[in-house]
Formats: sequence, structure tokens, C-alpha cells
Amino acid sequence: MTESLQEARVAPSNDIESLIGREYEQGFITDIESETLPPGIDEGVVARVSEIKGEPDFMREWRLEAYRRWREMKAPDWAKLSIAPIDYQAISYYSAPKSKEDAPKSLDEVDPKLLETYEKLGIPLEERAVLAGVAVDAVFDSVSVATTFKERLASEGIIFCSFSEAVRNHPDLIREYLGSVVPRSDNFFAALNSAVFTDGSFVYVPRGVRCPMELSTYFRINAANTGQFERTLVIADEGSYVSYLEGCTAPMRDENQLHAAVVELVALEGATIKYATVQNWYPGDENGVGGIYNFVTKRGDCRGARSKISWTQVETGSAITWKYPSCVLRGDDSVGEFYSVAVTHHHQQADTGTKMIHLGRNTRSNIVSKGISAGRSRNAYRGLVQVGRDAASARNYTQCDSLLMGDRCAAHTFPYMEVKNPSARVEHEATTSKIGEDQLFYCMSRGLSAEDAVSMIVSGFCKEVFNELPMEFAVEARNLLNVSLEGAIG
Amino acid sequence: MPSPLLEISDLHVAVDGDAILKGVSLSVQPGEVHAVMGPNGSGKSSLCHVLAGGNGYDVTRGSVAYRGEDLLALEPDERAKQGIFLAFQYPVEIPGVNNAYFLKAAVNAVRRARGDEELDAIDFMQLMREKVKLVDMDEGLLRRPLNEGFSGGEKKRNEILQMMLLEPRLAILDETDSGLDIDALRIVADGVNALRSPDRAIVVVTHHERFLEYVVPDHVHVLFEGRIARSGGRTLARELEERGYGHLRAEAAA
Ligand SMILES: Nc1ncnc2c1ncn2[C@@H]1O[C@H](COP(=O)(O)OP(=O)(O)OP(=O)(O)O)[C@@H](O)[C@H]1O
Ligand SMILES: [Mg+2]
Repeated sequence: MTESLQEARVAPSNDIESLIGREYEQGFITDIESETLPPGIDEGVVARVSEIKGEPDFMREWRLEAYRRWREMKAPDWAKLSIAPIDYQAISYYSAPKSKEDAPKSLDEVDPKLLETYEKLGIPLEERAVLAGVAVDAVFDSVSVATTFKERLASEGIIFCSFSEAVRNHPDLIREYLGSVVPRSDNFFAALNSAVFTDGSFVYVPRGVRCPMELSTYFRINAANTGQFERTLVIADEGSYVSYLEGCTAPMRDENQLHAAVVELVALEGATIKYATVQNWYPGDENGVGGIYNFVTKRGDCRGARSKISWTQVETGSAITWKYPSCVLRGDDSVGEFYSVAVTHHHQQADTGTKMIHLGRNTRSNIVSKGISAGRSRNAYRGLVQVGRDAASARNYTQCDSLLMGDRCAAHTFPYMEVKNPSARVEHEATTSKIGEDQLFYCMSRGLSAEDAVSMIVSGFCKEVFNELPMEFAVEARNLLNVSLEGAIG
Repeated sequence: MPSPLLEISDLHVAVDGDAILKGVSLSVQPGEVHAVMGPNGSGKSSLCHVLAGGNGYDVTRGSVAYRGEDLLALEPDERAKQGIFLAFQYPVEIPGVNNAYFLKAAVNAVRRARGDEELDAIDFMQLMREKVKLVDMDEGLLRRPLNEGFSGGEKKRNEILQMMLLEPRLAILDETDSGLDIDALRIVADGVNALRSPDRAIVVVTHHERFLEYVVPDHVHVLFEGRIARSGGRTLARELEERGYGHLRAEAAA
């Protein structure tokens, strides 16, 4: 989100003088930032989105080309998901940021239920106001924290900004890397995203720089309004290191039912990117009404030799999740990792997994997937390990564990392997277990409540994945699982 | 006579419709040690699980009072908080859950219920080190996932460690002495004896008369086909050791 936009939202709309003054200050852009496009999509709409964002011509053309390809494509046919058809002409592809007028003025005005959840998740006090959407002053501290953050990163030459800012200020990097990992026509949702994405994040870490902090706190503070078509691009130049955390354990409600994000990671020679996601969007109620459809394309390209990309995800939200963070192991000796916890409860459906594409020699990949299903939910792991002709001595190890709570939920595992080099070694192990009555009883007989017992057993089950999360988030992620599974064992 | 700590009256229990306990009555006073013996499959573990609140046991008749209250109405964690502890015959493995972490959570849950202050990490470690020495357990086991891959004897020691940390009012030991080497047997017995006090009671389920030389019981009961067939003093154990359970079968048939 741009600075100017934030200011504009703070201005009370009835203060005519300040509005007029502002218009001069901010010029044309502020004015149309408040525009909301009518539902529907065509070339005019795509061009308009680009115009609203004040983008250079190359971006507009790039979007239009994406749109033309998307029009030729068919919505995917869901194998394991039940989903009603989505009417793409009923969606508005640009809506103005909401006025802060209606926002709560302090935490006292926020729904106590929401606050209770923050409490349970252990979200730091100073961040609760931001997440609850409390207006202006109350959040001043955290905003200034974010600013300090940015200055420190800048001193290392790290670029960390909104995607829109990157398009304006670093067009060369955007031109070189955008779409270089996930091409516009990669899939239906990636094409749609490429045409109409509104914003997202951009990271560039220069050669040899080790990013001095987790890129997480900042993100969390600013994550609230990223919109339904989000675009993220992370570039780690040679020998650099960055750890990035996307999302938030706090429950996020959003009127936009469809979310189709694209994330591209590029690791050049010797670079490492760790990308962690905590996703807790509204899953719908106990009866499966409402909830977000989350169709994400995430891919990392280990472009240089000895580069490494590691995906870690904790997925608890959304009514429907469809995502396969993948690694293209192009550079020799490059490493791809995927650590995932996917929790489904009530009527949630998750179809998630990864693709490891081994192209370079001596490339290695490691997959650890933990699926937890409760209620009437469905949880599927779908993984592809592909070893190309030239990928001599490639190795993959996949471990896929499912935990069932109750007997009305389902877990499925679909491992696909395509191995074209005889020296490759690909191993797959899968287990499915029910949360044991005897385990629960044992824990409870030592004084733990049923909830604490479930939580302990579940976090034990997920341990290998939680170990990959940044410290402070590991604790929150554990709490998040507890909240998501509340009532799963009667 | 003071009021009993535990009063089991005419307890009938079924599992999946099969009658397992068929009228067990047993009264345990504070300060007492009771031994329960009996052939395999006679219902000893079932009785223990019913007392601790295990799932799947349907009480079809009878009652259990603990400190004068209906025990069967309580959830297993509430029983633990009120001072009931079961050392399992087959302790359960919980992958990924650090043993020390689990112990700390358990100790603090019980302390909270008693109105004691929770122990912080440092105080807890200190307490645990002390108890670990008493049961002569390898400290490495504290850092491992709970019971996962523990040897039979290690699991039993871990149960005794838990018992010592939780300081129960009523400890039920289900064959904790089985599968232990001689030294370990002594250690477990010492642990149980250390727990003996006028306001506590202990029920030990065992197959070995020898264990009762270390942990001398006030009463010995023989559970046979879901009923207490005989009750007596210390000498009953010795008699069983000599004669086996055969004569009970004959008596039951008669
Ligand atoms: N969950 C269960 N499902 C079916 N049968 C059960 C179950 N639990 C106990 N039983 C049966 O109840 C009977 C008593 O079992 P229990 O484990 O209480 O015996 P025990 O006296 O402890 O034997 P042991 O000396 O071998 O430990 C056995 O016949 C057993 O098969
Ligand atoms: Mg038994």
C-alpha cells in the first residue's frame, strides 16, 4: 500500500478544505484511487486497473496479454474439490480502499470475540489494534516500527516494498523477473492474477547480503488490505539469504470470496530463500456457509547452482484451498524443501502439496507434509516429483502423514513421480493415523484438559514442520491449530 | 474408622456389551496399601482404567465414590487434579511431544487445580532432576518424545517419575513391576514406599509375590473372572504363589 493512500484514507471526508488541499498535493492518482470499478472483466477493465495504479506502458501490455490468454483458458476441473462455478463477470476487479470512517476508534469498539481469538493466539498487544482495523492514532506505534524496519533494510541495499512501488521505482527488476517463474499462461488463476492483480510485495536482496531480520513483522502489520489478487516477487541475488513470512495467524475476514495470489521466488547462485506462510482466512461456518476460496500459484526457481528454496506453510483457513508451492531445481546442487501442515475442519476442503522439478545435476528435494482432518472435511496431498534426463544423482525424499480426528473426515495422498534419469533416487513414505483415544486418555489422566491434550498430540505430530518456522511464529502456529481444531474432539 | 478414600460398590462394567467386571466391591482407607492379584484377563487393568476414567467402559451397575463424591461423573483430567494417578501397564507413546515438556504441563495442571503456584522452567527442571535421580533414570529420556521407543523398563520408570512429580492421593499401579530388572524393581518399590503416608493410599496390581516383599500391602485381593474372589492379608499372596489360581477356578465352578 502506498504512503499517499494511507494518508488519504485518514482524511475525514466531510473536511472539504483538507480534501481539496490533498487533491493538489497528491494529484491525479489520489483521485482515482478512490474509484471502484463495476463488476466484470474485459480489456478495458484490465487497462483501467493498470491506469489506476499509474503503471508504465510495459505493465499494461503485460496485463493485457495475460488477459487475452486467460480468455482462451478453461477453469480447472476439480478432482477432489466440490465447488460451485464462479462467475468471473460478477467480480469487481478494483475496489477502492475502504474509508476509515466506519472503523472502530479503539479496541473497546472491537468485537470481543475477535479480541478473545487474538488473546488465544498470543498476538502481541501492540499488533492487535492493527489487525482489528482500529483507525489511525492507535496504530501509530506499529506503523513507526515498520518505518524503522524499512530504514534498516535500506541501509543493506535490500528493497522491500509494495509491488506497486516496485513497478514505479524499480521497473527494470520487474521487467526482468516478473512472470519469469510463473508465466502468464501457467494456469487459469495465474493468468487471471497476471491480468488484474492489484498489489502485493516485492523483495530484492543484493549479492552477498544476508537479510538481517525475518521479513515478517512488517508484513503482518501491512497485510490487512492486500486484496484478492495478490502478487509477490522475491529475488535473492547471488550468495544472499532471506527469510520471509507471509500472512498472519489472526483470522482474516474478507468479503472477496475468491483469492488467487501468485508468488514467484528467484534464487540465484548460492542464494537461499525461506518462505513461510501462515494462512488463516475465513473458513466458513460449521455448516460450510461462506468462506474464502484460496487458489494460489507459488513457485520458486533455484536458478543458480547451490541455491536453495524452502517453503513452509501452515494452512488452517479458507473454505477451499488449492495450492502447490513448487521448486524448479535448475541449478546444479540446488535444494528444494517443502514443509506443510494443512488443517481442515467442519466442511473445509484442502488440496495441497508441492512439485519438485529436478533439472540440474545432484539436486535434492525434501517434502514433509502433515495433514490433519476433523469434522466432515477433506484433506488431500498431491505431490509431483519430476526428475529430468540431465538431473544425474537427483534425490528426493517425501514423507506424508495424515492424522484423522473423528470418522467423518477424509485424507487422501496422491504422489506422482516421473523419473527420466536412472541415477536418481526417489523415496516416498506415507502414514495415516487416527488421533488415539488411548493417547488422549493418557494425557488427560495426567491432568491435561481434553483441549490441551489434543493440542499437545497435534503439535507433536506437526513438530518437524513447526521447527522450520521462525521462532515467534512457531508458538502462534501452535495456538492457531488449537483454535482451528476447537471442538474437534467432543 | 475414618471415611474411605475409595469406595467401590458392586461395580459392573461391560466393554462392547461383554461383561468384564461383575460386581466388584472394595474399600480403601487413607494410609492403606492394597494389592490386587489375579490371572490374566480377570479384569485388573479394566478396573484400573475405570477408576482413571478410560473410554469404552460402560458401567452397567454399581458405583465408585472417591472422598465421598461420585468418581464416575468426573472426566479423567478432573480425577487427576483431585489426586488420582494411574501408572499404566502399557504406557502410551506420543510422537513429537517432548517428555520434559509433557511432564511440566502435567505438573502445572495439577498444581493449578490444587491452588499451588505453577512452576517456571527453572524450578521445574530442578524438581525433575531430583526425582529423576530417585528413579535412576537416564536424563536423556527427558529430552526424547514421550515414551516413543522407550524400552519396557524405561517406560515403567517414566511412569514412576510421573507419579513422584504429581504426588497423588490415590496411586494405582498396574503391573508397574512387570518387566523390570531386580534393581529397577527395588527402585520402583522405594518410590512407592516413599509415597506412603497417612493421607494417601496405593493400589498395586501385580503378579509377583516378590514385589509385595518390598511394598508390603495391608490387604490383598484376588480378582477372578470379574469378581473379587478372595481378600486377605499379606499371607494370601504367599498362598497364591504356592497354589496358583487353579483352586479358585474349582471354587467358582462349584
Ligand atoms: N477394549 C476392550 N475391548 C475388548 N475386550 C476388552 C477390552 N478391554 C478389556 N477387554 C477384555 O476384558 C478382559 C479383562 O481384561 P484386562 O486387561 O482388564 O485383564 P487383566 O486382568 O489386566 O489381565 P493381565 O493380567 O493380562 O494384564 C479380557 O478378556 C479382555 O480381553
Ligand atoms: Mg492388565
